[in-house]
Amino acid sequence: MEPILKVDDINVYYGSIHAIKGVSFEVQEGEIVTLIGANGAGKSTTLNTISGLLHSKTGSVTFLGENLAKVPAHKIVSKGLALVPEGRRIFLQMTVQENLEMGAYTQSGKTADADLEKVYAQFPRLKERYRQVAGTLSGGEQQMLAMGRALMSRPKLLMLDEPSMGLAPILVEQIFEIIQNLHKAGTTILLVEQNAQAALSVADRGYVLETGKVVTTGTGAELLASPVIKKAYLGG
Amino acid sequence: MTFLNYLISGISLGSIYAIIALGYTMVYGIAKMLNFAHGDVIMVGAYICFYAVSRYSLPPLVGVILAMLVCTVLGIVVERLAYKPLRSAPSLAVLITAIGVSYFLQNAALLLWSSNPKVFPNAFVINTIDEAGNPVVQSSIDLFGGQLKVSFVTIATIAICIVIMLALLWFTSKTRLGKAMRACSEDKGAAQLMGINVNATISMTFAIGSGLAAIAGVLLCSAYPTLVPTTGSMPGIKAFTAAVFGGIGSIPGALLGGLLLGIIEIFAKAYISTQLSDAIVFAVLIVVLLVKPAGLLGKQIREKV
Repeated sequence: MEPILKVDDINVYYGSIHAIKGVSFEVQEGEIVTLIGANGAGKSTTLNTISGLLHSKTGSVTFLGENLAKVPAHKIVSKGLALVPEGRRIFLQMTVQENLEMGAYTQSGKTADADLEKVYAQFPRLKERYRQVAGTLSGGEQQMLAMGRALMSRPKLLMLDEPSMGLAPILVEQIFEIIQNLHKAGTTILLVEQNAQAALSVADRGYVLETGKVVTTGTGAELLASPVIKKAYLGG
Repeated sequence: MTFLNYLISGISLGSIYAIIALGYTMVYGIAKMLNFAHGDVIMVGAYICFYAVSRYSLPPLVGVILAMLVCTVLGIVVERLAYKPLRSAPSLAVLITAIGVSYFLQNAALLLWSSNPKVFPNAFVINTIDEAGNPVVQSSIDLFGGQLKVSFVTIATIAICIVIMLALLWFTSKTRLGKAMRACSEDKGAAQLMGINVNATISMTFAIGSGLAAIAGVLLCSAYPTLVPTTGSMPGIKAFTAAVFGGIGSIPGALLGGLLLGIIEIFAKAYISTQLSDAIVFAVLIVVLLVKPAGLLGKQIREKV
């Protein structure tokens, strides 16, 4: 089957620093795929390259059969590819509802209104606070807002960059539950995490990145069981 | 009554500063740059209106619209040619470029329109006939049995400023494009992820700011009718001061800063010293910034981790 996303031999530089060295991987429709690895392994850089914020010198990113290399960042979201960026990056000075409206920027007003209700049903906390300025939300609520905002664009593939970062364990659990629910509802997910344990236990497949390269790949269960992975990423 | 008269003059001058300051503050909010050429766009707008009305005898309203069109295009072109290539350059490079654009516009005006002062026609007049049947040009209105004389320019300036402010607040809080503008000013990367075209949004902001500068130019020269190529620079600097005063990046801040600056300037001229008025204005700015470094309505952003 043709994968929904195919990343083929991308090389990304920050000035003279070679951050991503020939990374290739793919995501099949309906999967949860995770990229795990230590700080600085190139996980976020990979996601930012897919979403067009950074550019690869070589290779290609193919989404639903279309090469995204020459597509500007602001045109990628309307193709069905949404990123919940690292650090959430919600609009802190705008209200909760305005943030969600921005998520639906590429959608028509009608679908946006309908989706707003859906997101509020999924995240009742956001509905309670819809007029509040986003900067006043707690960390967990901000993460929910960032996810809700991405869902407003009706993504076929949702990319999440460190959704559990800086959250209390109970909230991490909640976020992973939401990810699984989204997946059950039919959204394909590409998840980047430092919390390898949690990520691998929900993922169909995983790729392990080290200093800009894919070093291992396998199913979530295989990687969880692998002694090398255990030692390096699972603390034992 | 003289006090009231000064106050009205101050509000009127302040309204002009506020309209100019809006351009500074909006462009700063989104492009994080100080567009020091903004004051000179005012001058270009005033010249366009002057030529349209005085040379080609077009109605003043047409002159204003023409000036707005030219300035809007000028704003977009300047941004594309001078600032866009420097989007990721250090802010000092952008600042120096802006000063360069400012000198370029002043000297281009010198070449095109010479340094001879032009006397700007007052468009805010009503033609009436007095008791003897002679035509009279009325440019002000008497209140309180002639004790208070308010010119039409003053009234129009204050009214236009209020309308512009309400329109901008509505635009940024209610419309899709206005909200996109605010999103861009907070986080350009995240805005792109939403599907917002950041370059187009920046262009739009320059267009709005420059269009407003044209209006400010016409109002300024209607109140102070000597037009030379450097006409825009001092009001430009004052309006920049007003924007910082009110809190740069904040639209209500631009209004508040502009009004206060205008009132302080007129009162300083009236009650203290004409020569020292500018020094007093800037001294007030320094004191305000010492107490509130982000300006009166500046936003202190707290980030949650």
